[in-house]
Amino acid sequence: MTTVERGTDRRRRTLAQLAASVLVVLVVLVAGTLAVDAAQTTGLASRNEAPTLGHWFGTDWLGRDVLARVLAGLRLSLVVGTSAAVLSALIALVLASAATVGGPRVDAVVGWLVDLFLALPHLVLLILLAFALGGGTEAVIVAVAVTHWPTLTRVLRGRAKEVVAADFVSVSAHLGRGRWWIARRHVTGHLAGQFLVGLVLLFPHAILHEAALSFLGLGVDPAEPSIGVLLAESMRYLSAGAWWLAVLPGLCLLVVVKAVDGIGENLRALLNPRSHHL
Amino acid sequence: MLTEGVPAALRGFAGRLGRLVLLLVAVAVASFALMVNSPVDLVAAYVGADVASLGPEQRALIEERWGLNDPAHERFLAWLGNLVRGDFGFSATFNQPVLEVIGDKFLASLALMALAWLLSGVLGFGLGLLAGARQGRATDRVITWWAYTLASAPTFWVGLLLLYVFAVSLNWAPVCCAVPIGVPAADVTLLDRLHHLVLPAVTLSVVGIAPVVLHTRQAVIEALAGDHVAFARAQGERGFGLIRHRVVRNAAAPALLLQFSSLGELFGGSVLAEQVFSYPGLGAATTTAALNQDVPLLLGIALFTTVLVFTGNAIGDRVHAGVDPRAALADARRSR
Repeated sequence: MTTVERGTDRRRRTLAQLAASVLVVLVVLVAGTLAVDAAQTTGLASRNEAPTLGHWFGTDWLGRDVLARVLAGLRLSLVVGTSAAVLSALIALVLASAATVGGPRVDAVVGWLVDLFLALPHLVLLILLAFALGGGTEAVIVAVAVTHWPTLTRVLRGRAKEVVAADFVSVSAHLGRGRWWIARRHVTGHLAGQFLVGLVLLFPHAILHEAALSFLGLGVDPAEPSIGVLLAESMRYLSAGAWWLAVLPGLCLLVVVKAVDGIGENLRALLNPRSHHL
Repeated sequence: MLTEGVPAALRGFAGRLGRLVLLLVAVAVASFALMVNSPVDLVAAYVGADVASLGPEQRALIEERWGLNDPAHERFLAWLGNLVRGDFGFSATFNQPVLEVIGDKFLASLALMALAWLLSGVLGFGLGLLAGARQGRATDRVITWWAYTLASAPTFWVGLLLLYVFAVSLNWAPVCCAVPIGVPAADVTLLDRLHHLVLPAVTLSVVGIAPVVLHTRQAVIEALAGDHVAFARAQGERGFGLIRHRVVRNAAAPALLLQFSSLGELFGGSVLAEQVFSYPGLGAATTTAALNQDVPLLLGIALFTTVLVFTGNAIGDRVHAGVDPRAALADARRSR
């Protein structure tokens, strides 16, 4: 096999994996939207039943279908994850551009902000924010968004500095172009790829942290079927042997997180085939 | 040389201390601002269920007594003044001064975190070495896949799985707590404690193991591609000896740095692991404080964990410099 053939082969495989991951996410979104009502339908005659053909994932303590609750929960995870990741990535983009364009003083402030937000353990900061915002879905979105930008800001700032140091930018500056013009025309394009990949890779973190907060009882309203809430409820029936309440929701969350992670990694491979970054 | 070195080290230490103090002040300001702006009703949180029978005059009296009507900056300065004097306030949930709560609970968490830290470090480094040495083979692919999957799995879910398999089904480990239930504190043996510690520690080690494996693997691959390894190979070195003598030290530097700088993640994981196993440590206390709106304790924990993370990073830099002389050189150049 020649190298050229192997190259196209790998590209095809990357594209196939990307498509598969996107498909998984879309299926979960659609199924989750359809399952919202079923997730709250109680059936007191069939409580805590193990998986059967009628209820693939079994039922919970109120006789609700666990599969429907898992799907609705995953949809909620995706919604929270998307909003938080987008918000967080936008914060990172704004701060990174400000640091690049605004001169050394702004750069120092941004660097200091990054250090400040990395000084506290992630989860402690999240708990503080969720507490201060009073809980609920919006509070979780804001809390997750506000805690996840520092690493991406660092990456984007580093990349932007590389671009600004390049010859074509100094030529452009000597030709009389202003800072903002250079930022818009020369820097943004070079950051787009990193930004997109960084955004998608923020996603799994956002989803996992939403689940963690909800699991602790500090996240979304416990009446809503979030994976974290499901797992927290499962703890009460685990010692009675109700394994399906814990195993299946977590497994599904793992699959979705891996699918989203796959989108990010494959996008990175497509946009920058030479990156070996972990 | 020596007389020159000591003041430099001292100056470095003083610089670090200064940065820590600045950081603590910033964290104090930020977390205080968050608490002031939170919609939580502090009086209701303190009084509890009896709040319904609380008249407006009594409420006003409590607010007056606590200074809740003073401007925020005055309250902040008063709090800061107390902090400097070592008074972190009183935790209503645990009915103890905040510092005592943190001290007691952290001791319980320390055992858990230390065991998990060692476990994830040793196991992660070993697996990373193995994967890197067998790059591209089946062993490597299995280990890498496993590490990536662990990184995507929610910690508390892994804990629930372990709980179900080992505590509920197999009955090998206790379901909850740090000590056996119903046994006087004096009769609890070290073995009992370890028995209760194992499952939470394994759960917690899952948090840190994936990054260690992946970074060690990368470092091993880079070291194996180096000229010194090619030279050693040409001399006839191979197999385990080659890895042991030419690669381990190179790979240890990033792993050590990572282990020390991940203390924050470790603490975050302990919040979740302790919740799953009802382990009475500082992590569980954080959740309790947030759920019961115990503001002084929450603020105290925020400051305490800041110190924890900072110390971890500082030790990590030191150890990294000790293992990898290039890092020490770069450090010296930066501070000049």
